[in-house]
Amino acid sequence: MKQLALVIDLNVCVGCHACVTSCKAWNTGGAAGPLSDQNAYGAEPTGTFFNRVQTFEVGEFPRTETVHFPKSCLHCEEPPCVPVCPTGASYKRAEDGIVLVDYDKCIGCGYCAWACPYGARELDGSEKVMKKCTLCVDRIYDQKLPEAERKPACVLACPTSARLFGDIHDPESEASRAIREQGGYALMPEWGTQPANHYLPRRKTAITIHADELERHANPLKIDGQLPQPATSEPALDDVTSW
Amino acid sequence: MSTEIKTTTCYMCACRCGIRVHLQEGKVRYIDGNPEHPLNKGVICAKGASGIMKQYSPARLTRPLKRKAGAERGAGEFEPISWDEAFRILEERLSSIRKTDPKKFALFTGRDQMQALTGLFARQFGTPNYAAHGGFCSVNMAAGMIYTVGGSFWEFGGPDLERAKLFIMLGTAEDHHSNPLKIAISQFKRSGGRFISVNPVRTGYSAIADEWVPIRPGTDGALLLALVNEIIAQGLYDREFVARYTNGGQLVKRDNGLFALDEGADPVNELYPQNQLWWDRHSNRAVLTHTPEADPSLFGEFRLTDGTRVRPAFQLLAERVRPHTAEWAERITGIPAATIRRLAHEMGITARDEKIELPIAWTDCWGREHPSVTGNPVAFHAMRGLAAHSNGFHTVRTLAILMSLLGTIDRPGGFRHKPPFPRAIPPSAKTPTGPEGVQPGEPLKGLALGWPGSPEDLFVDAAGEPVRIDKGFSWEYPLSVHGLMHNVITNAWRGDPYPIDTLMIFMANMAWNSTMNTVEVRRMLNDRGADGEYKIPFIAVCDAFQSEMTAFADLVLPDTTYLERHDVMSMLDRPISEFDGPMDSVRVPVLPPTGECKPFQEVLIELGSRLRLPAFVDGEGRRKYKDYPDFIVRHETEPGSGIGFLAGWRGADGSKSMRGEPNPKQWERYAQNNCVFRHELPPSYRYMRNWNRGYMEWAQRARLRRWGEPILVHLYSEVLQRFRLAAQGKWPGRRPPERLAKRVATYFDPLPFYYPSLEAQATDREKYPLAAITQRPMAMYHSWDSQNAWLRQIHAHNYLFIHPRTASARGIADGAWLWVESQWGRVRCMARYSEAVEPGTVWTWNAIGKQPGAWALAPEANEARKGFLLNHLISDTLPGGTSNSDPITGQAGWYDVRVRVYPAEEQGVWPEFPVLAKVPA
Repeated sequence: MKQLALVIDLNVCVGCHACVTSCKAWNTGGAAGPLSDQNAYGAEPTGTFFNRVQTFEVGEFPRTETVHFPKSCLHCEEPPCVPVCPTGASYKRAEDGIVLVDYDKCIGCGYCAWACPYGARELDGSEKVMKKCTLCVDRIYDQKLPEAERKPACVLACPTSARLFGDIHDPESEASRAIREQGGYALMPEWGTQPANHYLPRRKTAITIHADELERHANPLKIDGQLPQPATSEPALDDVTSW
Repeated sequence: MSTEIKTTTCYMCACRCGIRVHLQEGKVRYIDGNPEHPLNKGVICAKGASGIMKQYSPARLTRPLKRKAGAERGAGEFEPISWDEAFRILEERLSSIRKTDPKKFALFTGRDQMQALTGLFARQFGTPNYAAHGGFCSVNMAAGMIYTVGGSFWEFGGPDLERAKLFIMLGTAEDHHSNPLKIAISQFKRSGGRFISVNPVRTGYSAIADEWVPIRPGTDGALLLALVNEIIAQGLYDREFVARYTNGGQLVKRDNGLFALDEGADPVNELYPQNQLWWDRHSNRAVLTHTPEADPSLFGEFRLTDGTRVRPAFQLLAERVRPHTAEWAERITGIPAATIRRLAHEMGITARDEKIELPIAWTDCWGREHPSVTGNPVAFHAMRGLAAHSNGFHTVRTLAILMSLLGTIDRPGGFRHKPPFPRAIPPSAKTPTGPEGVQPGEPLKGLALGWPGSPEDLFVDAAGEPVRIDKGFSWEYPLSVHGLMHNVITNAWRGDPYPIDTLMIFMANMAWNSTMNTVEVRRMLNDRGADGEYKIPFIAVCDAFQSEMTAFADLVLPDTTYLERHDVMSMLDRPISEFDGPMDSVRVPVLPPTGECKPFQEVLIELGSRLRLPAFVDGEGRRKYKDYPDFIVRHETEPGSGIGFLAGWRGADGSKSMRGEPNPKQWERYAQNNCVFRHELPPSYRYMRNWNRGYMEWAQRARLRRWGEPILVHLYSEVLQRFRLAAQGKWPGRRPPERLAKRVATYFDPLPFYYPSLEAQATDREKYPLAAITQRPMAMYHSWDSQNAWLRQIHAHNYLFIHPRTASARGIADGAWLWVESQWGRVRCMARYSEAVEPGTVWTWNAIGKQPGAWALAPEANEARKGFLLNHLISDTLPGGTSNSDPITGQAGWYDVRVRVYPAEEQGVWPEFPVLAKVPA
């Protein structure tokens, strides 16, 4: 069975928020929209976003890592938000594993948001229904779009290509390969939710310098006489001993 | 619902990506990256994807406005007027100025990617008082690099991350430049490259660096000198490159610091003489440079046959950097000496041992044929963190020298130029050289901005005093190649060097975040003389949004958004060229203008026609161009030159590129081709262009350049030495006024050196122990949209980021209100602890804080009640009256301010400002 998911590469995410606003732009005017804003031009502006980037610091100066962490619905294989929904508005699709909310059935009770350990659901401030990432379900099967564009808006937008999209049950998919080969991990596996979305960790590249690499026969300083050989006339052992 | 897709070019920041605008029933439904566009290849950033909220922002200006009679400037009280009346007011005022004294009209623009037209307008008007924002942005980056290697970063060139193995980024704020660099860094990291970031703060791109090297602000010059020293001391420089492609082998005369010349040899070009000497180490005698079979000595001291004592420039450089050990730099930068040495070794060994060879044959300017192009895969990127200090010119020059010693200039894996770069050193564009260049009723006799090569090129009067209002190209800031926009209001208010009549500002918030000393500058804008008249008599502002600046205008001209207009990213300005060839692009309107909005370009064409400026009228003084698109198609730099604003699809049938007769269908051709024109150079013209004969000949034929002489890297800057000699009274020509002689002699050092910033020199470091800096956040970088409904949900207000140790030692809690105080003023704001900042530095996001009511935000909006500007702490003037600017280039010293911090008892931002009224829509 297919399980669509995002694999997010923290090794290259620079926290630019392209995924955040491209998602908002696509979805607020599309099938999953509108995503309302409250106080858009006033105090404490807040609105519905399917995807947000959290930035946090790890470690102490000077060994500090700054981590940009994009987060949206993880489309869990065992989504805790589904069984708690009293109206059946929250559901997981059998055909591709996408977790969706049927706005017509949602009564905005908030049980699902309470059940979700990842804080991935947002109650729309105007419409009072629960909203969340749909993996752009209105794009990915749209035959009118060129095939290369049948991907979530955030994936197409990302300038560092930090977001891979695919079927993680297909071992040959780019997403599965990345998880397998680059240490992909799921968030908080102890909850047993089996998130479909995965993250790829930071990877460090180092250069090892050996002391002898500073010494070269062809050191250019020699050409300009800056590393002179001692003159043959300078004192030597030959002057003082005959063995 | 049917969707129509139109392509154009983004303008949410200065990066200029290709976008697709999806329209439904005439409204923007969605904006995404254009997959067919070579710059961004389909991706888009947070700003670009939020373009829809710019288009429909309530802060849009929609009608021309005139300040209400009796209302004070800054109160924002306006009455709507018609465009006819607006043009009548401007025409009357400007034609009278032009007839009498054109320099009393000053035109300054916040954006420097429209200079082809704004610069032409100013020049045609006849005023020298024109510049874009480069002077307060990154002119040190442009000037320091261009005076050394003939090119610079961003629009002019960049790191070749496709082939680099080691990438060092210094002083680059969040997102400069946006998508192309993000694409490249990601590919670089994924292909196993090593990325090191040197920065006081770890955010943005630095977050994903393999190593973060925290540094104290304004000390990068010391780090770079130590790196150069270690590279030379270990013999890790690329000797072959230094000898042939830099002036390191050229002989410098001991007596006057100028290059020895072979007077009997043909200089080839008087402007860029080619008859310098090498000391040939094979024949042990002086020879003309690049004599076949000769190889210059890089070290030593020699005597020419006439007895002149000479030393190779490289010897002088080596001597200069020798005292600058890693230990010396550690004390200044805070970076451990062992780290500095390791960085030098990583750079030097990677450059030496990881050589790239491309099977591309090419011929150098001296006729030597090379079977391949080679490269040393160490790439750098740097921007305002190095530039925006009053010691930034020498810092940037030191960086360019380091890059050159590593042999990485216009080579694969290193730094690569983007056409029309490289330029000659210095570029041949020049300003007039005296007040006679400004004449009533006539165009300016030269360019308003140029590249001085000697004191004779300065724009000063007989007494050596400035002709420009910003004192550009005067002895105070001789190489102020981008002007000094940050001086304009203060100087005009003081009447120093003279009062002006009309100040026209396009898209620059000079009454708020784009000005130093904000409170005082706002007072100056509203100040009157003894006669009761404003000291700056008339202010016209063109912008798309109601800002703190538009509130101070007498006349407000409502600009369109980028989705509503034609625009060009021209080869005559800063095109979007790539490493492999020239590229320019356009915007085409995808929506009709909102309300009565009119593009600034149309305003200039209309004004140029009404004022009968020669470029805009025919021989009889009749209007020549219907509108801006017509101007773009038909304007040629000179009649018949075949050079216009756009390089693509020229010639009557669109079959020519770079040069050719005007093509009436040029706009259509751009529109059919994703709004972009790209000319790919053949592989043999893509590298080593400073010295590549084939490229030079092509560039001359395409008229990208007049001269074809090779552009040697200036390890030693004879240009600077000429100014120093003048200051020492040893130059046969112009000399600085006495009061500036010491300053010029000190800072015009032909070799790179480090000095604490001018502000640091004038600050009690015990009292103000911390450095304070700013950057724009990635989601708003280079953007006019911090009020954008979506983007402001990412950053609605700002904090002062401070290391917990620094804060707790002063009793400041995380999230608490605190005072930040410099010797110039103080602000109250909120603290946020951060481990990602060097503990001697505090920083914040710039331009988040706003005046209440500005940008159509509610008066109680976070931006006004919790957001703050650090600008209040930064002075535009230093003790003694000179500008807080680099003494060489006039670059604004934004990042030099020193502060102390202490807890605040009261809450709320301070200083406070009155609520701005909303303008009539």
